[in-house]
Amino acid sequence: MHVPSMQSLDLEEATMGKEYSSVRITINNITLEVDHGSTVLDAAKQAGINIPTLCHLDLHDLDAINQSANCRVCLVENETRGNLVPSCAEIVQDGMRIQTDTKKAVQGRRTSMELLLSNHPKECLTCVKNLDCDLQELSNSMNIKDIPYQGEMMNHPVDDSSGAIIKDPNKCVMCRRCMTMCDEVQTVGVLSPLKRGFDVSVGTAFHLDLSETSCTYCGQCVSVCPTAALAEHPHVPNVWRRLNNPNRHTVVQIAPAVRVAIGEMFGYEAGEISTGKLIAALRRLGFDGVFDTKFGADLTIVEEANEFLERLNNDGPLPLLTSCCPAWVNFIEQKYPDLLDIPSSCKSPQSMVGSLSKTYYANTMGIDPQNIRMVAVMPCVAKKAEAARDELAYGEQRDVDYVITTRELGAMIKEAAIDFNNLPDDSFDDILGESTGASSIFGTTGGVVEATARTAYERVTGKTLENVEFETIRGMEGLRKASVTLNGRTINIGIAHELKNARKLLDSIRSGESDLDLIEIMACPGGCIGGGGQPFHHGDINVLNKRREALYTLDKNNVRRKSHENEQVKTLYQKFLGDIGGQKAHKLLHTSYSKKLRI
Amino acid sequence: MSSLFDMESFDQDKVQLLDDYIGNYVAQNNLEALIPALYKAQTLFGYLPAALQRHIAEKLDLPSSHVNGVVSFYAYFSEVPKGKYAISVCTGTACHVKGASDVLNKAREVAGAHGETMSDDGLFSVNDVRCIGACGLAPVVTINGKVHGKINAKDMEKIIQSTKEAENA
Amino acid sequence: MLESFEALKNWKSAIREQATYRLEILVCAGTSCLSSQADTLLEMFTHEIHEYSLDAEVVLTPTGCFGFCGQGPILKIEPDNVTYVQVGADDVKTIVDEHLNAGRIVEHLLYDPPGQKRSTSEAGMPFYQKQHRVALKKCGVIDPENIEHAIKHSAYEALGTVLHTMDSDDVIDIIKQSGLRGRGGGGFPTGLKWQFTSTTQADEKYVVCNADEGDPGAFMDRSIMEGDPHTILEAMTINGYAVGANQGFIYIRAEYELATQRLFKALSDARKHGLLGQNILGSGFDFDIEIKLGAGAFVCGEETALIHSMEGYRGEPTTKPPFPSDVGFRTLPTNVNNVETYANIPSIILEGQRWFQSIGTKNSKGTKVFALAGDVVNIGLVEVPMGITVREIVEDIGGGVDGDKKLKAVQIGGPSGGVITGDDLDLPIDYDSLQSAGAMMGSGGLIVMDDDTDMVEIAKFYLEFTEDESCGKCTPCRIGTKRIHEILHRLTDMEGTPEDLELLEALCNNVKNTSLCGLGQSAPNPVLSTMHHFKNEYEDYAYRRKKTSYSIDADKCIGCTRCKKVCPVDCISGSVKTVHVIDESACIACGACDDACPVDAIIRP
Repeated sequence: MHVPSMQSLDLEEATMGKEYSSVRITINNITLEVDHGSTVLDAAKQAGINIPTLCHLDLHDLDAINQSANCRVCLVENETRGNLVPSCAEIVQDGMRIQTDTKKAVQGRRTSMELLLSNHPKECLTCVKNLDCDLQELSNSMNIKDIPYQGEMMNHPVDDSSGAIIKDPNKCVMCRRCMTMCDEVQTVGVLSPLKRGFDVSVGTAFHLDLSETSCTYCGQCVSVCPTAALAEHPHVPNVWRRLNNPNRHTVVQIAPAVRVAIGEMFGYEAGEISTGKLIAALRRLGFDGVFDTKFGADLTIVEEANEFLERLNNDGPLPLLTSCCPAWVNFIEQKYPDLLDIPSSCKSPQSMVGSLSKTYYANTMGIDPQNIRMVAVMPCVAKKAEAARDELAYGEQRDVDYVITTRELGAMIKEAAIDFNNLPDDSFDDILGESTGASSIFGTTGGVVEATARTAYERVTGKTLENVEFETIRGMEGLRKASVTLNGRTINIGIAHELKNARKLLDSIRSGESDLDLIEIMACPGGCIGGGGQPFHHGDINVLNKRREALYTLDKNNVRRKSHENEQVKTLYQKFLGDIGGQKAHKLLHTSYSKKLRI
Repeated sequence: MSSLFDMESFDQDKVQLLDDYIGNYVAQNNLEALIPALYKAQTLFGYLPAALQRHIAEKLDLPSSHVNGVVSFYAYFSEVPKGKYAISVCTGTACHVKGASDVLNKAREVAGAHGETMSDDGLFSVNDVRCIGACGLAPVVTINGKVHGKINAKDMEKIIQSTKEAENA
Repeated sequence: MLESFEALKNWKSAIREQATYRLEILVCAGTSCLSSQADTLLEMFTHEIHEYSLDAEVVLTPTGCFGFCGQGPILKIEPDNVTYVQVGADDVKTIVDEHLNAGRIVEHLLYDPPGQKRSTSEAGMPFYQKQHRVALKKCGVIDPENIEHAIKHSAYEALGTVLHTMDSDDVIDIIKQSGLRGRGGGGFPTGLKWQFTSTTQADEKYVVCNADEGDPGAFMDRSIMEGDPHTILEAMTINGYAVGANQGFIYIRAEYELATQRLFKALSDARKHGLLGQNILGSGFDFDIEIKLGAGAFVCGEETALIHSMEGYRGEPTTKPPFPSDVGFRTLPTNVNNVETYANIPSIILEGQRWFQSIGTKNSKGTKVFALAGDVVNIGLVEVPMGITVREIVEDIGGGVDGDKKLKAVQIGGPSGGVITGDDLDLPIDYDSLQSAGAMMGSGGLIVMDDDTDMVEIAKFYLEFTEDESCGKCTPCRIGTKRIHEILHRLTDMEGTPEDLELLEALCNNVKNTSLCGLGQSAPNPVLSTMHHFKNEYEDYAYRRKKTSYSIDADKCIGCTRCKKVCPVDCISGSVKTVHVIDESACIACGACDDACPVDAIIRP
């Protein structure tokens, strides 16, 4: 079982029994009515009063709230009692009087920050979170120019064992947001506070390397960490080396979720579709070939729909589980190794494009595959570990050599001083570059299985699917069910995002209760749009919503909206692969899974 | 790391006793059974090595990180073996003013046990313990739980030396 | 099994009417006395009584703490009302022979302090004269492992009264009116706390006894549990009835082995006789108690940390509100009270709230148990009415400062508390007066400090403790206590500056205001209090003018060379019959010269 946090109780319940539906609070002499159960912080927001916070994280749409009230940065003064209270956790009582800017409150907040800074490295200039760090932001807004308390500092070893996530406990402020994500949203639970007092650090059991734990590298801890205590393992230097090496033919692919988020790093709103500029930037960086992971996604659908129908018509094994999410693959290999016959054997779109780049592309363009290096730009940190999987290599060639996150690419573009905002739109290569609308929605929960449904429908019925939008599959709820009728047969579909929901589905399969035929699982909240490698959302769920809407827009704007309509995919089969699901397809586009023993 | 899954090196009878205890422990949920299970395990095995913690985590269907977080929090639980004679020097206020730190330092020096590690001969582990409430007898030392009052540094030295001699005889 | 209140009363009468022994020897068998060989004494007495064929006439009763720990091992002979102190193994035969057999008091074992009258009983001892034992009523009177002794002294009678003649609101009213306040240090009105838990709606509720007594120098709760466990069980059951709980827990420190053992025995005996479990005394009320062991964390004395520890987590506190009476163990309403608070409950029920109100002061009713220790003549456990002055405790009960030293300060409240000086000795002990003097009652630790005490070192000692025990969850306590400790270290290492003093005070105030729980909120108290009263000592360190070496009083020195001979660093100069001089720059302050000097001519730093 996962361990529920001590603060996971619904604080609203604490005021059960009281009769008001709204309560009055006076903050800084402004009186307002707020909902019963609101915190002082909620009330302040309503009144337009800013209170600095650090450990607080409210992702209520994802059912994740970090309310440990332990950073002691959001303190305000209760006028009546004269004491300082944490605004993020203090429930408003009727008639409460709060002042946010008394000397006591200001000094109290400041001391908390000064103490944190006294125990924090001062290498901001070269830190990966420079200018994007919550601690830095607070220190600046509180006008801290001097740290009066000097003394011993933490000295823990840095863990860079996984090649996906780097954990540096010396930059940790003990906010516990990572634990909230890992314990409650993902129910993986590899992090816990260890020891006590000044020696406390948030770490793994027995201080094991992350690679030895059941960390799935989903990166949700990275996406909420206010500092660089948890960050992605950098691959940018490797990519530069390859780009600068004249003997290397370096190609790149971009995932769907990247193009609707990278604009945020250049001043655009979340959800800005920057595909054209992105491709242009990549060519300016020196990539010899620019491919679209969506091509791989269409290919995945063709292969996976085929696999699904084969199982459907040959007595299982069912359900078929999508397998493009590497964090989810890690999860099932470690926690449910008894169910390894049910995930699809299809590689992820990233790996399919990678594999083809060293074979199909190399052949077609007459390039020695030994000189090709494939870089994938992903919204995800787990993809870094996926690229390094033993199973995903073709002879001595890796399918994918390096993975960089959306953030890392944004940083590269800035490093090269490319004027992103003014780039003229460019387009993908003519090979491995075409995609349909179905592949766009891969980046959001429900997208993969909807794309599968579109193709499966036409293959089974032989009819044209008029309405391609399966509304019942869409949504943001963590666990959803839908059904689709194919030639009179009802196909039960399950969709889960966040591993805690995946667990529920898997438990029901294990126990035999499940009646599902086809399941899509994504580890990240909302799907890849909310991946660990995306620009930080800083707790704003709207960012995820906008990115998601943009993907559905991309789908709508495409003339071809079903994966099997992709002309370049058809050419691929005709000229190179042969049959769908055939021998060559299996060799290049399918993989296997095995039990992984982790703590 | 695979050694963390290896329970073969533990006394299998004791492992069975522990498993039975856990299986029979009546609690509202597995979390509440954790600390009693850790107590039982430490009583049986003397300390709580990582493999044992992992085993308990598995039996209680809890993450190992949580179990380790609990073990490393409480001073009573030890992740390293204790010496045959566990010497605890009380460092409460009353004992402190009567020279407890001298007693502690002398104990560490003579026993050869520093920090949490036991002495090389496996005979002693020395640690400080917070007030055990026998202030009338300050300075107080407990050896394997037995309380000894009015022990100064010289007495401590004598006790450890004579124990060593008796053991080596 | 007792199936009614009548049955209980009948049992009590039956025990009282039992053939009594001619003589009863009460031997203190608490942790302290046990470690100074009370169990050897018990063995030897058993042997000797048998040797003298007195088995039918004399009964040996191991009891809880008498309180006069400094004079232990202690024993009492009843009904003769004779108390013998510092009894050794060699004295056993004499006592049996002389007193038990021949009826003669053994004079040399009586309490006979220099300059005072020798006394045969507690009544004659200044240590006891001003005490009023309520919580400790049965400690030293009964064998804590024998339920019949407890019953004989009215154990469970209060429970019977409550179950059969009162409803839960009546009970809460009585406790409210009595004025009882939490004895764990918080001083929160107990009746009000019970009321909060009582009024919260829930399917299940709990009561918890906080027996995690962690203040160094405090052993009040330990003594109560070792000496009279049934009182706690009884009080918890009454609490359960009052608030609507059917399950209680005692959270007890791992280090308190003997107390735990005695509580287990008491639980077993109580259950056997139907005083715990289902349908207690035929009332229809079910209640049982489970013991939960702590595992070595002072912070678990904080009620939310304690609750989370019971739930299987690290002992980390959570913010209040919500309070345990709303959201407690298993997120259900829970009433947490301290051992000593519970120990008062049965007496309040039996004697009535007016009786309790008649003891103590206007806002602090009843008595308080203190653990008196430090540089005082009479070290031990005392229980005094609220309102008694600090002076009366230190001088009348405590016998004054030990040796020929002067009083410098009295530390009250352990690591959460502060000090008061000789100027405030006439302060009455109660929750409010102590607070206004910058100290606090705390759980009952009271340490007397003589003029040799370095107050900055004392503050540093307490910070070492709180830094070590901090759970590490919140910023101010995790990092703040460390930084406070570092500043104190800098000062005592003579590397501090006057700016450090300002920094220290500001940091202490901020840590106090911003910490998440009571541990962090009160950790700076010893520093703030000693800075307030002994600013000069801090300044001596900060301005690096603190004397850290020994020196010789030229007027007293007789030039005997004894100090010179023992100095390990050879820093004393002077020949026979001339005044010796210590080179203060070389002195390492070991004190060997002081020990050697026959005329007390050495001046300590």
